[in-house]
Amino acid sequence: MSTLVSLRNLSKIYQRGPERIQVLQGIDLDIDKGDFVALMGPSGSGKTTLLNLIGGLDSPTSGEVTINGQRIDRYNSGQLAKWRAANVGFVFQFYNLMPVLTAEGNVELPLLLTNLSAAQRKRNANIALQLVGLADRARHKPKELSGGQEQRVAIARAIVSDPTLLVCDEPTGDLDRKTADEILGLLQQLNREHGKTIIMVTHDPRAAEFATHTLHLDKGQLAEQATH
Amino acid sequence: MTKAGFVMANLFRKKTRTTLTLMSVTMAFLLFGLLQAVNVLFNAGADFIGATRLITQARVSFTQSLPISQLPKIEAVPGVERVGWMQWFGGVVGENDQIVAMATDPLRLRDTYPEWVLPPDQWKAFANTRTGMIAGKLIAERYHWKVGDKIPMKSNIFPQKNGSKDWAFDLVGIYDGKDENWKRATNNVYINYAYFDEANQFGPGRAGIYILKLTDPKYATKVARTIDAMFENSPDETKTQTEKDFNIGFIKQIGDIGLMVRWILFAVFFTLLLVVGNTMAQSVRERVPELAVLKTLGFSDGTVLGFVLAETFALCSLGGLVGLTVATALGWLVEKGAGGQLPLQVDRHVWLAGAVAIVVLSLAVGLLPALRASRLKIVDALAGR
Repeated sequence: MSTLVSLRNLSKIYQRGPERIQVLQGIDLDIDKGDFVALMGPSGSGKTTLLNLIGGLDSPTSGEVTINGQRIDRYNSGQLAKWRAANVGFVFQFYNLMPVLTAEGNVELPLLLTNLSAAQRKRNANIALQLVGLADRARHKPKELSGGQEQRVAIARAIVSDPTLLVCDEPTGDLDRKTADEILGLLQQLNREHGKTIIMVTHDPRAAEFATHTLHLDKGQLAEQATH
Repeated sequence: MTKAGFVMANLFRKKTRTTLTLMSVTMAFLLFGLLQAVNVLFNAGADFIGATRLITQARVSFTQSLPISQLPKIEAVPGVERVGWMQWFGGVVGENDQIVAMATDPLRLRDTYPEWVLPPDQWKAFANTRTGMIAGKLIAERYHWKVGDKIPMKSNIFPQKNGSKDWAFDLVGIYDGKDENWKRATNNVYINYAYFDEANQFGPGRAGIYILKLTDPKYATKVARTIDAMFENSPDETKTQTEKDFNIGFIKQIGDIGLMVRWILFAVFFTLLLVVGNTMAQSVRERVPELAVLKTLGFSDGTVLGFVLAETFALCSLGGLVGLTVATALGWLVEKGAGGQLPLQVDRHVWLAGAVAIVVLSLAVGLLPALRASRLKIVDALAGR
C-alpha cells in the first residue's frame, strides 16, 4: 500500500486576540491509500483542526503536509482551492447542502469547476446519486429530504468528482442510530468497493468500528493508533 | 444546473424580499426613464433647430414687445437674409384649451421658416385673407379642423377694439414639417398679423419677437452683436441670440428642468443604494456557511466574489429592464394621448444611460458584500465564527 497522506512534525497555533492557542503539536502520521481512518479524541483535542489541515482548508503553522506526493502546506489559497476541487471530497456533520438547489443540483455543484458539459455533469451527478441510493430523489430540495437522505446527497457531492480523499467531520453526529449505521455502511462500501481513502472524525466508538484504523488525539498530539 | 442558474436560484431564495427589492429597483428606473425623457424633451426641443436663425427680443423680457419700426434697421444688417416677426396671441380654443397661436406676417413666415411645408396656394390664401389662419397638421387633426372652417378662438391677452376677447379666423391652410422633428412640432397656429394689428385694443405697430434668417450661420455672433449695439441705450433695447438659446431660455422660466431632474434622480438612486445594498448585505450575512462550503468545494475567492456580484447585477438588471420598458410604454402612451404634442420618448440615449446606471448601481451595492464573501475564512465560517 502506498502512502497517500504524510504529516511530518505538524503544528498549528491559533491567535485568538492576545492569546496563542497551540491546537496541534509535532504530529507525525502516515495514511495509506485505501485506508478508512477514524480520528477520535475528546473535545478540543484538535481532531477537526487536523482534518482541516489534511483537507487543505487551513495551513499549518509549521511542519509538512504531503498528500499524494504534493506538499500542500506550501500552497497559497488559490492553489489550495484548485487542489481541493480535484482531490478532496468533504462530508460535514450538518450536511451543508445548498437549500436553493435540488439534490441533483447540489451534487452537480463541484462539477461546475470542471470542463464537463451540462449533460455530462447531470449524468455524473445522477450516477453519484444512484451510488448512494437516492436516484429517485434527484429533484427534491434538501428541505424535502430526511437527515439521512441529506447526508447521502452530501456524500454523493463529495464523490462526484472522483476525489483521491474523502474527509468526513462527524458525518453521523446529527443522525439517529439506524440512519448513522446506514451512512457508515455507505462509507465503508465506498472504501471497500471503490477504494476511497477516508478520514473521519468521530466521537462515536461504534462509528470507529466501521473504519480500518483508529487514531486517538489528545491535547493536540497523537496518543495511540489501532488497526481493525 | 449552471453557474447562472445557481446565481438566479440564490437571488430568489427569499422570494418576498427579492420581489419587494425588485419593485424598488423597477420604480427607480421607471422614474429614471421618464425623467430623462422629460429632460430630453425640454432640451431637445431646441436640438434639431439649426443655427441659421436668430431671435431678437426685448432685452428686459420677451413679454415686452418691440416696435415694428426696428424692422428695416434689422433687415439692413449685413448677414441678415430676411426678417419675420411674431406676436404671442395667447389662443384658447374649445372648452379652455390653451394653444400656441402667433400673429405673423404670412410671407415673411414662409421665408424665415422654410421648414414649414404648405402648398403655395395656401401661402397665398394666408397672405390675402385678412382673417386668415394656418394650423399645424397635428393640432388640426386634434381638433378635426379642415381648410375652410371658421375657427373661433379667444385670446388670453388681446381683446378686440370692442373689448371682446372672442376672435374668429378662417382656416386657409394646414402646414406640415419637412422632417420627423418638424412634423412633431406642428402643434401651433399662425394668424394674419395685419388683421390682429388693426383689430386689437392695445394698438398697432408692436412685435413680440423678430426672427432673423441669416445668409450664413457663421455670421450669427456678429449679427447679434450688431443689432443689440444698434439699439443699446434706446427705449427698446434688444437681446439677440440663436433660436436654440431662445427656446432653452424660454423653458428655463419654468425652472432649470435639468437641475431638478438631476436632484430627483440623485435622491431616488441614493435611496435605492441603501435599499438594495442592505438586501445584498443581508443576503451574504445569512449565507456565510454556504459560501464557506463553496470555497471548501474548490470555488476560488474570485469566483465567490463573482457569484455575489452576478446576483447583484441580475437584481439591478431585471428591475432596470422592467422599469425602463414600462417607462418607454408610458412615454408612448403619453405621446399618443397628447396627440403628439408631448413626445415623451424614452429613446436609445435614455436606455444607454439606464444601462450605465445599472452597471454602476450593481457595483456600488454589490462590491462590499462580494468582497466580504470572497474574504471569508473557511474554517472560521464553518465553525460559525
